[in-house]
Amino acid sequence: MMIGEKDKDRPWLLGRPEPRVDGLGKVTGEARFTDDLDEVGQVWGVVLRAAHPHARIVSLDVEEARLAPGVVAVLTARDIPGNPFVGGVVQDQPVLAGTAGAGGGAGHDLDRVRMLGDGVALVAAETEAQARDALGLIRVGYEPLPVVTDPREALRPESPLVHDRGNLVVHHGVRHGDPAVGFEYAHRVYERAYATPRIEHAYLEPECVIARPVEGGGVEVVGSIQNLFSTRRAVASVLGVPLNRVRIRHAVLGGSFGGKDDVMTVMACRAALLARATGRPVKMVNTREESMLESYKRHPYFLDYRAGVDRDGNLCAMRMDIVADAGAYASMSPFVTYRSVVQAAGPYRCPHVWTDVRAAYTNNPYTGAMRGFGSPQVNFAIECLVDEIAEDQGLDPLTYRRRIVFRDGDVTPTGQRLAGHRVSLDEVLARIGDASGFVDKWWRYRAAREAPAAFRRGIGVACSYRGVSLGAEGVDAAATFVQVQPDGSVIVSSGVTDMGQGAQTAVAQCAAEVLGVPLDRVVFLNTDTSRIPDSGPTVASRGTIMGGSAAADAAAQVRARMLEVAADLLGQPVKNLVIREGLVGTGGAEGSFVPSRLTFADLAGECFRRGVALAALGWFRAPPTSWHEETGQGIAYFTYVYGANVAEVVVDSGTGRVRVEEFWSVHDCGRVVNRLGAEGQVHGGVAMGLGYGLLEEFEVEQGVPKASNFDEYLIPTAMDVPRMHVEFVENPDPAGRLGQKSLGEPTNEIAAPAVVNAIANATGRRIREIPATLEQVLIGRRLTRSGLRGSEVARGGEASCKVRGEEG
Amino acid sequence: MKQLPEDLVSIRLTVNGVVRSLDVHPGETLLEVLRGRLRLTGTKRGCEVGECGACTVVLDGRAVNSCLVLAVQADGAEVLTVEGLAREGALHPLQRAFLEHGAVQCGFCTPGMLMSAHALLAQDPSPTPDAVRRAIAGNLCRCTGYQAIVDAVLAAAGEANSS
Ligand code: FES
Ligand code: FES
Repeated sequence: MMIGEKDKDRPWLLGRPEPRVDGLGKVTGEARFTDDLDEVGQVWGVVLRAAHPHARIVSLDVEEARLAPGVVAVLTARDIPGNPFVGGVVQDQPVLAGTAGAGGGAGHDLDRVRMLGDGVALVAAETEAQARDALGLIRVGYEPLPVVTDPREALRPESPLVHDRGNLVVHHGVRHGDPAVGFEYAHRVYERAYATPRIEHAYLEPECVIARPVEGGGVEVVGSIQNLFSTRRAVASVLGVPLNRVRIRHAVLGGSFGGKDDVMTVMACRAALLARATGRPVKMVNTREESMLESYKRHPYFLDYRAGVDRDGNLCAMRMDIVADAGAYASMSPFVTYRSVVQAAGPYRCPHVWTDVRAAYTNNPYTGAMRGFGSPQVNFAIECLVDEIAEDQGLDPLTYRRRIVFRDGDVTPTGQRLAGHRVSLDEVLARIGDASGFVDKWWRYRAAREAPAAFRRGIGVACSYRGVSLGAEGVDAAATFVQVQPDGSVIVSSGVTDMGQGAQTAVAQCAAEVLGVPLDRVVFLNTDTSRIPDSGPTVASRGTIMGGSAAADAAAQVRARMLEVAADLLGQPVKNLVIREGLVGTGGAEGSFVPSRLTFADLAGECFRRGVALAALGWFRAPPTSWHEETGQGIAYFTYVYGANVAEVVVDSGTGRVRVEEFWSVHDCGRVVNRLGAEGQVHGGVAMGLGYGLLEEFEVEQGVPKASNFDEYLIPTAMDVPRMHVEFVENPDPAGRLGQKSLGEPTNEIAAPAVVNAIANATGRRIREIPATLEQVLIGRRLTRSGLRGSEVARGGEASCKVRGEEG
Repeated sequence: MKQLPEDLVSIRLTVNGVVRSLDVHPGETLLEVLRGRLRLTGTKRGCEVGECGACTVVLDGRAVNSCLVLAVQADGAEVLTVEGLAREGALHPLQRAFLEHGAVQCGFCTPGMLMSAHALLAQDPSPTPDAVRRAIAGNLCRCTGYQAIVDAVLAAAGEANSS
């Protein structure tokens, strides 16, 4: 079904700051999150977790626990009827670890724990207290194994193995040109090492599911689940039943940010097992402590960058070597590092780029998807490096970036020509430069460095390009179902999930735009895997472009049928008819609209009486992408978005305390669907990015996390976040049905380098390891933990010089 | 307060204007009583150690973390939760402002934010932006970056003052 050009060019509803379709219940307290639900006859499920970060299980005795008061079932790995392993890409994560002989496939051992968050047994009991008491009665014999915690060490041949198949999870390479040639004509060469921390998603709602047994050996699960279809695949595989026997829905989700994927899949599998074993509904809720222990994190990266610059200041060669800590299980590591390898060199023209990204297993908490998905780490490195090169070239960092950024038709390091959409980074940088007064401030603050001062001011910039949606990582299609009721109200459901980011509102607004009804006529149903086709995961900022495009498709089908009837009623040809604001009328090419007396509601009623199908399933398949594994060349993503951040900071010269005073964020996300939602995405993404740059690190020592709750793991409060100025550069993209693209993740990937570059502008000190703690800012290194890690510490060496190159 | 068998304690408190009599365990928190016994699930559980503010309610006019208050301590008190904000179907100005300003995303922090803001405006009807930030500094939000929340509270204050 074609969508008329007028939808794309003259939206009447898109872009408006409409309130959320799911907002009301959230301010009245009526919104039901999973933990607000209970089932009649439900029992509580709890998990016994590992006592060692790496150990073989030699014995497991649950008999006493079985007899404890209130206990209904105790399960171990032996009780899993189907596949005991889960994993979105590599099936390497046991739903429960067990003793030898409990099962497991080739190359996997089920009989060991690999991180402290691993589960060993499940208990279901009448009350939560009884269930937790019974955990203490389970006896587990462990034979501790050597622990590996540094991913670079894990890749050495002598390292202990976390999985039998080796510690290398994945290796992606990009081979573009030949850096050996490029470095020949380099006038200056910069070599820098960067490191980024492991961080916690810190969604405010802890994980929760309720599973109910249904006939045919299946289950129905409701939970705080981000990616319902991947969870369904895993639950069906663990139970050994077909997909149609497993129905997964989400309740209102209290945030996810990429975080309620694998951890929820495992929890749903465990609840499903207990539900099948007990024949009763089972509720499982993590405490915050359990959540922090068990949930996966953002990958810590170690990044070695080498860049050559020719006499004119252009990048002529880049060589990057990057290692990511995958923790105990692969989770999304293969895909996360894919995005890293594609985007590692940043949005800059360079003829010779070689990049290697490897992810390694360790006995740390596993790492997976988190807002940004492999980009915040590489964006930090490249944006700090380019900033330093600019200053060294005698240019301010904004002007330098504008010289070297991609423009229409440029070729990326994967050999992809950027075409078919506006490559707007220069426009974005120009806009943010004007809004923030960047260039003038940057020179002034730099000059002020010469004089002693108690407080120093600095301004910093960072920018990025980002591939939209999944790219060559996976199948990329989504469904939205639109139904118009006989009274003209509308029900929309979609395969994309709302975790709080506003997908329901954005998708509903796309449907309402095309149908011509106000947004308050639309109700959005929570996603249900049995009622909508598998639409892939709601990740990679793909909700608005994929779900929204499918919604536009569905709405266009219904509208076309309705307009036939309207043409008959009004005696006008279909091509003259327009529906807008819930009224049917005639419109001209210039976007004029003359309403008739026919309302959308009356038209819907008439269609219903004539037996017209007032419902349609919309489908959107992303344009093609391609990838050559060996060379890392191809159309990595079907289109890109562009963004820039500027931070202005004040640094206390005495304490190293950094205060972010003001912040600017400019994005080209294609057509803005909902201004209120879009601004909210930017605000939240920036706040999270500031936490990444200045505050947050989920520290782990020998496999043992040092934080277990928000008293130890600090995220930004209202006092830490500055006033933010948000602007959009709107270049509608033909890739999105209504010109829309993506926004959720680009907002989060460049705040940290903007702040760190601002600190450099204020102090002259380049910080290459975040978070930029007080001591980093004051003396350029960590006091709480050595800048060297793992084996280098063990060797007692000042072995590696973190800063090499000419001016060190 | 009379002692009951099995260590239960009788308490009486007013919740959203309704008097409630309950027999509670001495260790039970106000949060558990609100969510578990009274089924007022609008008040959220985010950390249970007084760090996230998701469980904030107004107790005798002050915003408190209900996970840190024992139910027995609330004996005789007046408690306002998010469910008590709207009156006769009409949203409270704070609730309206939160919706209009996009101060709600996932909504998990929202009830606590609303209650902290409610307590603030009762004490300081025309707060400065800084005062709003201070008042909600104990309420974590991972979604909004706080800006829309601050704007919403200021707008609600402005509306109340102009009417
Ligand atoms: S649940 Fe009470 S402060 Fe977090
Ligand atoms: S809206 Fe999600 S935590 Fe505040």
